[in-house]
Amino acid sequence: MSALDVRADLAAPTRGRRPSLLTWTARSTTAGPLAALVLAVVVFSLTTDTFLTLDNGSLVVEQVLVTGTLAMGQTLVILTAGIDLANAMIMVLGTLVMARLAGGGGLPGLLALLVGAALCAALGAVSGTLVTRLKLPPFIVTLGLLSVLTAVSQLYADGESFAVTSSTLTALGHRSYLFGRIEVTTGMAVLAVMVAGLWFALTQTAWGRNVRAVGDDAEATRLTGVNTRRTVLSVYVIAGLVYAVGAWQALGRIPNADPNAFQTGNLDSITAVVIGGTSLFGGRGGVPGTILGTLVVTVLANGLTQAGIDSLYQQVATGVLVIAAVAVDRLVRGRAV
Amino acid sequence: MNGGNGNRTAGADQDAAAVPRADVLPAGGATPEGEPRCVLRATGLVKRYGNVVAIRASDFDLRAGEVLAVVGDNGAGKSSLIKALSGALVPDAGVIELDGRPVAFRSPHEAREAGIETVYQTLAMAPQMDIAANLYLGRPLRRAGTLGLLRMLDHRRMREEAARQLDALGIATVQDIGQVVGSLSGGQRQAVAVARAAMFGSRVIIMDEPTAALGVRESRQVLELIARIRDRGVPVVLISHDMPQVFEIADRIHIHRLGRRTAVVEPARCSMTEVVGLMTGALRVTEDGTITEQALSAPHRKEGTA
Repeated sequence: MSALDVRADLAAPTRGRRPSLLTWTARSTTAGPLAALVLAVVVFSLTTDTFLTLDNGSLVVEQVLVTGTLAMGQTLVILTAGIDLANAMIMVLGTLVMARLAGGGGLPGLLALLVGAALCAALGAVSGTLVTRLKLPPFIVTLGLLSVLTAVSQLYADGESFAVTSSTLTALGHRSYLFGRIEVTTGMAVLAVMVAGLWFALTQTAWGRNVRAVGDDAEATRLTGVNTRRTVLSVYVIAGLVYAVGAWQALGRIPNADPNAFQTGNLDSITAVVIGGTSLFGGRGGVPGTILGTLVVTVLANGLTQAGIDSLYQQVATGVLVIAAVAVDRLVRGRAV
Repeated sequence: MNGGNGNRTAGADQDAAAVPRADVLPAGGATPEGEPRCVLRATGLVKRYGNVVAIRASDFDLRAGEVLAVVGDNGAGKSSLIKALSGALVPDAGVIELDGRPVAFRSPHEAREAGIETVYQTLAMAPQMDIAANLYLGRPLRRAGTLGLLRMLDHRRMREEAARQLDALGIATVQDIGQVVGSLSGGQRQAVAVARAAMFGSRVIIMDEPTAALGVRESRQVLELIARIRDRGVPVVLISHDMPQVFEIADRIHIHRLGRRTAVVEPARCSMTEVVGLMTGALRVTEDGTITEQALSAPHRKEGTA
């Protein structure tokens, strides 16, 4: 009954130490998507001749760039127990504004890029303000914004698409060869830097800890003295900036701004985030998982194509994975809480 | 209603010997000579919500080194009083003094800065974060030097410090500081919340119903923890409905009724029945400090019309 009796059965040596590899695997949200990715790569390498080649590897990574970037911003929002349905449309509007300003507008590419980025951040701030000030559900706020921005994009483009000639705006599509053999683009380096930066911010700074805590239990976090409104608002603004990088990536891949592009980008990014082990209920997960999740979806599509399987089955496979990922999250959360 | 006065902890008994006790103190009345320093005092607090008066010119005082229980019926206004003291609500009138200096908290954050920590009934924990992260939620430790400029967290120091604090408080059931709080039992979670308050509460620790959701064994551990905090020199305000518990741990009992302090009694000198009587208004404290039946025709009656 007393504290002394209780003290006898404790395992003191493990306290204050780093968790072991085994406990890491049990607690980690990245272990699942990592296992899924390894499995997919092994299966497709064994069943097809064309999957495990350097060129195909480069192609897969290149296909990850835009959706992966959108999913980075989506991860931030979902960590706060929100969701962003407008992310792809913010990005598309960003590409249109960048392309038109640099094209017909005659602005230097860099300036057009910065104006586009400012617009994306401002649109993020609109969502963030509505969510934090009016306490509206993020689903509704971003659904409304998606609808508005879809119309605005069409009106702004006036049924056209805009070819991009500015070398600054297409810079991320620049190709080079590592060791003379591996094809890489500047966009891959930008994505890598962004993943590293967001990983650092989310895991190694107080801001990142507050972001997770808000998603975990907003009221508890507020009571411990964290300015939860400012934290959530900052998440939407930073997500907007990430979508601007996505717009830059998109113009690097295809130097043409089209209002009808990336129609399912929002749902694709949510799929990647969820398969990457980030909880839709907030507080759990992170950017490494999201990159793995994006790779899983892309490898699945790529591999099934190489194996000659109808693309409709790819959608079936992705759908099953999403549901499985959320089911696992539910089970884990049910056990923890 | 089991337990009772015979069950007091050793620490409380030492205090009982050291502190001169008046028999029963009338609310807001004169206090005896040589009493310990007053750490937190409130005078004439008022809080209205439209026509509803939540705090009705209430007084409050907390002395150094004591556990003060705050008891009262549901709706008596205990929570409002505690919220005013912890910065969660701003009173319309009245003065709050901390160590003799007037303070005016506009947020829980400001009260916390001043050294007043509150353990909320909801515990205010992030269930998916580990113990160390929860202990430092809202006030993380940063790395020194260049990495500090990057606002980088010092995970190692937080883990070590958290483990040290839990040991110092004798919270030994927690095996791994990296465990998520959601996987802890109710008692362990409560212990972590209390530990967090103890780590940062340099002046006063307020606990709102800390044992309400706990079993017998876990309640016992939390009570021991409260006694340990008091023995370390930080006074504790304990809001509780559990009379035997209040009589076991408290040095004085603040009785709240109809939005104000109606009496402060010492558990050593009165019975649970008397405290319940004071809570419900069946009994009252006279000017000379004795408890008598409420005379229904007496002027005190006006206090009963809400």
